[in-house]
Amino acid sequence: MSLDELYRQVILDHYRSPRHSGHIEGADATAEGQNPLCGDEVTVELRIEDGAVTDAAVRGRGCSISQASGSMMADKIVGLSLEDVDELVHRVKRLLNIEPGDPGVDPERPGAALGDLEALAGVRRFPVRIKCADLPWATLQEALAGNRTHR
Amino acid sequence: MTDLSHLRKDFPILEREMNGKPLVYLDSAATSQKPVQVLDAVDDYYRRLNANVHRGAYQLGEEATDAYEGARAKVAGFINAASDREVVFTRSTTAAINHIGYGWGLYHLKPGDRIVISHMEHHANVVPWQLITRHTGAELAYLPLTEDYLVDTSRIDEVVDGRTKIVSISGMSNVLGTIGPVAEAVAAARAVGALAIVDGAQLVPHCAVDVQSMGADFVAFSAHKMLGPTGVGALWGRMDRLEEMEPAEGGGEMIRDVDFTESTWAEVPHKFEAGTPPIAQAIGLGAAVDYLSAIGMDAVRQHEIEITRYALEKLSEIPQLTIYGPMDPAQRGAAVSFTLGDIHPHDLATILDQEGVAIRAGHHCAKPLMRVLGLAATARASFYVYNVPEEVDTLVAGLHEARRIFGVA
Repeated sequence: MSLDELYRQVILDHYRSPRHSGHIEGADATAEGQNPLCGDEVTVELRIEDGAVTDAAVRGRGCSISQASGSMMADKIVGLSLEDVDELVHRVKRLLNIEPGDPGVDPERPGAALGDLEALAGVRRFPVRIKCADLPWATLQEALAGNRTHR
Repeated sequence: MTDLSHLRKDFPILEREMNGKPLVYLDSAATSQKPVQVLDAVDDYYRRLNANVHRGAYQLGEEATDAYEGARAKVAGFINAASDREVVFTRSTTAAINHIGYGWGLYHLKPGDRIVISHMEHHANVVPWQLITRHTGAELAYLPLTEDYLVDTSRIDEVVDGRTKIVSISGMSNVLGTIGPVAEAVAAARAVGALAIVDGAQLVPHCAVDVQSMGADFVAFSAHKMLGPTGVGALWGRMDRLEEMEPAEGGGEMIRDVDFTESTWAEVPHKFEAGTPPIAQAIGLGAAVDYLSAIGMDAVRQHEIEITRYALEKLSEIPQLTIYGPMDPAQRGAAVSFTLGDIHPHDLATILDQEGVAIRAGHHCAKPLMRVLGLAATARASFYVYNVPEEVDTLVAGLHEARRIFGVA
């Protein structure tokens, strides 16, 4: 059933116990994202050292999809180079049908490619919720764009 | 129960299915559905009467004008206005309130003056006043709410003080359902010589309104929330207030004479209706008013009291469900806001959508109220003439499904 696909256990787990939900003092890149239609909010803070994300904090309030997406994103990007983060963002956007193309997820081996993030694929059947899942990723892109401008 | 279920056949959209289930439309506080009588009136205008109004050069234009002015007379009768001319067609409630702000507030307010609203207002009765305070230096003051979600009028005479020039209050909250203290607000405004305005967007569709006995200076409402088309609303004003109000918009149709630097205005109400008005929509509103009058507004109100009582009762039985609003149906309308455990309202809306149930989730264009409640969002089910108790049962079943999915005990 598609509702159970949308609200996988892993989504509910991240919603109720968000990872990396703290605050980074003097973050190297930061952005606040909002969906004015529904009021969902996400703040992304990044520590960036030697071209890689060494710490991330994602806080916010909103629905299970936006908050779980942010939590899974924070989990995944810590330790990645900026190039790899950029590639991940586009893969997730392909997974969410926001950008065209194959996200490179193997249905035979669930979780092998993108880990927990693959649970977001359930959103595709609920077009009105895609922007919820995208909010943290769009905010991440904004934070990284700001980071580039500063340097 | 007051049985209005025979009306359902008049609403073609209620035959639709959503996600394989019959549509259960519980979002009438956002916009109501339209009966065939309204659809036919709009269609008939475009098929038989379409011409611009108040040009008078040919027969067809005369007929269009008669239909448009006939709709004005119907609306005036519906709210018992002293004269048809006291009804101004606008784009919406929002446009009507903005018109008072820019046509009256801008000319009469000065620094230190006060505009009083309440904590339960829709943005349509908040943001226009914030803009007007910027232009005039006047300040905005709020009537707070009681713990029972009513507007607290115990200290209304302190809030509506000698500096107050405008008191503008919702007749019925789109979030809490609370019926606003219109009589108290009007009396407090009168005592200090302030303008009394009623945001009737939720009140006029659901309760019999007699603007003369209400005693306010202005009442604003929208057609699309009372079975009529989108794109038209009405501003009723007492004639002396309309006479002293300036037009907020200039253009065609609203002038007496236009010279190179100055113009003079047409008579009320036309001086407030710049440009080609929403003719078909106004005629549709006239048909909606006929439809509601045929049911009888007392029957409409009685039906909503009953279905709201049933909904409050059934929702209260759900574990971890919190209702935000008065529990006595006599104090409220049929918009019921709630939260369920830690399930976000948007998630509730998605789950209910799978059951065919359409509810609103979010801040309902009432962010100051959400701040007062300490919430980011609520879910809201709202009922109208075509809703039946079985639809409450479908809503409740959907909420139990949400509890299962989210593991809310």
